[in-house]
Amino acid sequence: MTDPRVDHLPPEAAPIRTWHLAFRSRNLVIGGALTLVFVLAALISLVWVPYDITRMDIANKIKPPSVVNPLGTDHFGRDILSMIMVGARTSIAVAVIAVGIGMIFGVPLGLWAAARKGSLLDEVIMRANDLVFAFPALLIAIMITATFGPSAVNAIVAIGIFNIPVFARLTRSGALTLWQREFVMAARVAGKGSARISFEHILPNVTNLLIVQGTIQFSLGILAEAGLSYVGLGAQPPTPSWGRMLAESQTMISFAPHMALFPGLAILLTVLGLNLMGDGLRDIFDPKLRRGRS
Amino acid sequence: MLRYTLKRLVSLGVSLAVASVIIFLAIEILPGDPAAFMLGVNAQEDTLNALREQLGLNGSAWERYSSWIGGMLIGDFGTSYTYRTPVAEMIAARVQVSLPLALYALALSTVIAFPAGIWAASRRGSAADVSVMGLTQLGVAIPNFWFAMLMVLVFAINLRWFSAGGFPGWDAGFWACMKALTLPAIALALPQASILARVMRSSLLDTLSEDYIRTARAKGLTRSQALRRHALRNALIPVLTIIGLQFSFLMAGAIIIENVFFLPGLGRLIFQSISSRDLIVVESVVMLLVFAVVVVNFAVEIAYALVDPRLRARG
Repeated sequence: MTDPRVDHLPPEAAPIRTWHLAFRSRNLVIGGALTLVFVLAALISLVWVPYDITRMDIANKIKPPSVVNPLGTDHFGRDILSMIMVGARTSIAVAVIAVGIGMIFGVPLGLWAAARKGSLLDEVIMRANDLVFAFPALLIAIMITATFGPSAVNAIVAIGIFNIPVFARLTRSGALTLWQREFVMAARVAGKGSARISFEHILPNVTNLLIVQGTIQFSLGILAEAGLSYVGLGAQPPTPSWGRMLAESQTMISFAPHMALFPGLAILLTVLGLNLMGDGLRDIFDPKLRRGRS
Repeated sequence: MLRYTLKRLVSLGVSLAVASVIIFLAIEILPGDPAAFMLGVNAQEDTLNALREQLGLNGSAWERYSSWIGGMLIGDFGTSYTYRTPVAEMIAARVQVSLPLALYALALSTVIAFPAGIWAASRRGSAADVSVMGLTQLGVAIPNFWFAMLMVLVFAINLRWFSAGGFPGWDAGFWACMKALTLPAIALALPQASILARVMRSSLLDTLSEDYIRTARAKGLTRSQALRRHALRNALIPVLTIIGLQFSFLMAGAIIIENVFFLPGLGRLIFQSISSRDLIVVESVVMLLVFAVVVVNFAVEIAYALVDPRLRARG
């Protein structure tokens, strides 16, 4: 049954020409552009920012946006645009490392569990995953902070731990369907062990899934970092962070709303960009995956 | 069903036991001695020892763990190091704020998400669908504490419809409290409602492509009749699971939102206790939150098995 309203790929796109498709996906173009802007802002801030953010200029404090300071200044007279650019670095670094931790531990665990499906090992890995799920990232962060004190590193570890079961589950479920496929059976017949099959045949075929989930977890990581820094559990001064900029702006929101507006918009647009990019990537990968499953 | 329930119950018990050990160990490896922290650097050694004895800090790790767990089982959460009041009383006072807030937010998110998701699914591809989906993209991406701050700016500072924060206490009357919880609940509900609406829509669309819906259509039902009479009930199953999962996000999200609105809930209690090194309170509140999350998910799994017999068979 074909519902005429279900959008189908035009026939000429059938042999997947990824780049061609990529530009056809509006989500991917918009999302990719937004993400690119923030990655560029972070990269540029490594070599140049409009104003030095460590220098205070009390004479120019709490200035609304102007030609000199496009996004205004904060209560110490620092340029908000410059702070957002440097803050992008913190957000991106935290999110990238946290997703990295989740993948480095989660993916092998998921592969291992799938290779020994139904065994005690599989059961233990999956129950441990459930357990980590019972601790939302924020609770993990609170415990780590209570123990080791607040810092950006501890925020990374907390978000990273939370990411492990996400990737373990995804990898396991993706791998389980692949283990039924002929090419895996062929590899088995050829005498390859399950570890070798997992890395040589299963892993390359779950990469698409991992990339899509990676962008989603990346955006969740940015949100989590902002939240943790907002309540003082994340990056500590003088490391600039969007979350802390918001926390500092809160008491001044009635007379300096621009201080609260721009860091929040930065978070919103970055997360939106990453989510749209994830959706776009899924649209591109999905036809392939769907064919793989049937 | 009984076997399934028992199996889940055992796994619930194991999860809670392991969680309690993790929490205990995390707090255990902490440097600092609460007794020294309370008495300051000039305290005499015998005074310190006396206080350690009083707080039960001198026993072995196993003794302290078992007295912590044993106490919690009978509702005795120990005594706060800083306030010298029973932790159970402090938690009870804070739960009166946090639990209504979480439930209020859950109700709001369901009330917003169900119609939005159903509307979008029933008009798939239309302008309505596209705009609902666009709004949910925004709702997922917006940091809720920032949204909360913007609401304070608009509705509390400029329009003066609500107070900017604080909680009057239930003695002040039901409506006064609900009013104080409204902005926090909206802030908490927004991202959850967006996720729920998306799940509702995609679950409905999946169900609508089932054979029995085609049969219903072939028998002369309109699309919306088929949706209401046959698809909706079946599409609800994944939606229920998500609602259960969201409870844990609401509990965690509330920790931040309570800070935006200065609500005296569990979240603020945790922060105050961390800064005053009142670890017994941190330990007990975190354990309580984990307990709530695990139990709610257990309840959802059981409810799920009740509506879907296939799960029982697998269990």
